[in-house]
Amino acid sequence: MHIDKYLDMAQLVWLKDHIEGEMKEAIREIHLANRELTVTVRLRDLEQFLTFLRDDRDCQFKMLVDLCGADYPERAERFEVIYHLLSLTQNMRVRVKVLIAEGQAVPTLIDVFPNANWYERETYDMFGIPFEDHPDLRRILTDYDFDGFPLRKDFPVEGKVELFYDEALKRCVYRPTNLAQPYRHFDWQSPWKALDDPYALAEEDNTFDRGEFTGTELTRAKASGEDE
Amino acid sequence: MPEAVQKRMTQEVTVGENFTLNFGPQHPAAHGVLRLVLEMEGETITRADPHIGLLHRGTEKLLEHRTYIQGLPYFDRLDYVSMMCQEHVWCLAIEKLLGVEVPRRAQFIRVLYSEITRLMNHLLWYGTHALDVGAMSAFLYAFKHRETLMDFYEEVSGARMHANYFRPGGVNRDLPQGLAEKIRAFNAQFPKYIDEFETLLTDNRIWKQRTVDVGVLTPEEAIEMGCTGPMLRGSGLSWDLRKAQPYEIYDELDFDIPVGKTGDSYARYLVRIEEMRESVKIIDQCLDMMPEGPVKAQNFKVSPPTRDNMKSSMEAMIHHFKYFTEGFHVPAGEVYAAVEAPKGEMGVYLVSKGGPKPYRVKIRAPGFAHLQGLDKMVRGHMVADVVTIIGTQDIVFGEIDR
Repeated sequence: MHIDKYLDMAQLVWLKDHIEGEMKEAIREIHLANRELTVTVRLRDLEQFLTFLRDDRDCQFKMLVDLCGADYPERAERFEVIYHLLSLTQNMRVRVKVLIAEGQAVPTLIDVFPNANWYERETYDMFGIPFEDHPDLRRILTDYDFDGFPLRKDFPVEGKVELFYDEALKRCVYRPTNLAQPYRHFDWQSPWKALDDPYALAEEDNTFDRGEFTGTELTRAKASGEDE
Repeated sequence: MPEAVQKRMTQEVTVGENFTLNFGPQHPAAHGVLRLVLEMEGETITRADPHIGLLHRGTEKLLEHRTYIQGLPYFDRLDYVSMMCQEHVWCLAIEKLLGVEVPRRAQFIRVLYSEITRLMNHLLWYGTHALDVGAMSAFLYAFKHRETLMDFYEEVSGARMHANYFRPGGVNRDLPQGLAEKIRAFNAQFPKYIDEFETLLTDNRIWKQRTVDVGVLTPEEAIEMGCTGPMLRGSGLSWDLRKAQPYEIYDELDFDIPVGKTGDSYARYLVRIEEMRESVKIIDQCLDMMPEGPVKAQNFKVSPPTRDNMKSSMEAMIHHFKYFTEGFHVPAGEVYAAVEAPKGEMGVYLVSKGGPKPYRVKIRAPGFAHLQGLDKMVRGHMVADVVTIIGTQDIVFGEIDR
């Protein structure tokens, strides 16, 4: 592959075992997928777990690369808060997740990673996930006095209000969104079976062979139909 | 505008000797739309509170409602001065989830254009940073050559800035005839231009007075703040994803990672200048080593077949139609892909539930982390240094506000 060339899978498997061995109580689920390690931890152990990852001699995940939320309305624990950590010395990445229900708060991580500050503000802004003991939990990306949490799945993509300049009032006013043409949400329900496993297809469908390649002959479409 | 908002926007009043200054959102040195509320004691800054989000366009929400190829142009508009690096990370994330291999020639073209993009970005940074600090001519020198680089963008994609050129599985089209020679000719001249840039600033007394010891970051602070790219390397840490976690063909190329010593604005200036020289080396190597071959994955489920084929083969016709209407399906899963963009680590966290649209996309922008550290960096400095520090962070609001 042209991605993850550096990656040492043995090291990643070792890391998985190491984390499992050291922090068994905190972990709800741990798995390797797409050459990445994902750990789901219990909410109450989150701070302790991340402190362990940061300070452990063999981990040293000293940099919080990213922190974000994700919304899965069909689940009982609706939101995920996802932490991406990077170890500069070990050259490894790890993803840590906590699952929370609506209204549940996540402990702030500012004491562990100072740069969690704005990321937590953003997650609050986008999903309405409160962070306990956060010193400055204001909205960050949306407008002052914005109403709603835009990245939740039940928030319409066209928004709820539009901003206009009112000539009479000589100032900007909000009005409910009124689209001339309703937003067309194309639900691509395909009568064909969708391709969700490209690995199986890649072999029979991939006509590209570097050795045989000569000039313009490369694009012989030898694609097999997906309708079977 | 609601009353509460108006009240908040006018509440900065002078109290005693400490006062609050509203910097921006319409300030030429704020590099876009940054509203910075500075609390000051005399002319010394005690606290800076950046108000961001004035350029928030909801890119992440929009991406959830677009197919993967429709989502690509949004990435040009994130960091709108280093366009193709953004496209690159989006393509890498999709390819990682798809498990699609990119043909070798396409990998070289991608690296070639990533480095051209790096030059473009650093030229803009060089010009505007110098302009903010007070050197006018540097701006004119830099933008002249940036124009040539934009011509290379245009030749390959038809657009000077928002190229929409990379594709999951390769690039949109091959390099046009004669372009390689043009790039080579420019590249041969470019080190001389960098020397010119350096004569303007590197030993300039005023430049040094304005940048040396301004906005110092220790390596520990830089890591703590989540700094990446030149911000991290300026503090003496040799960390570059092109070396540490190579993607495409970066591991086959010969280049060095410039590292600063002092961690101040001047060190970061030197790092970026040196990076331009390294990019020149990479571009040369790419042009020398570039093999012949296709520029798209020849798996027609994830890349379109040629026009020729479409006219004669029913299968190709179906593939073409499906690709451009429904879009290709990406298997369920989650990945994080990152590239070394000119400003630092640009990452995409992509969640797919299967189907032709992503379920959740989080864009990890380097500038967001850097701007967050602004408060820490400006404390104790003068107002004029704020402008220097914003400049040295290489702030672009497209990526911060997303």
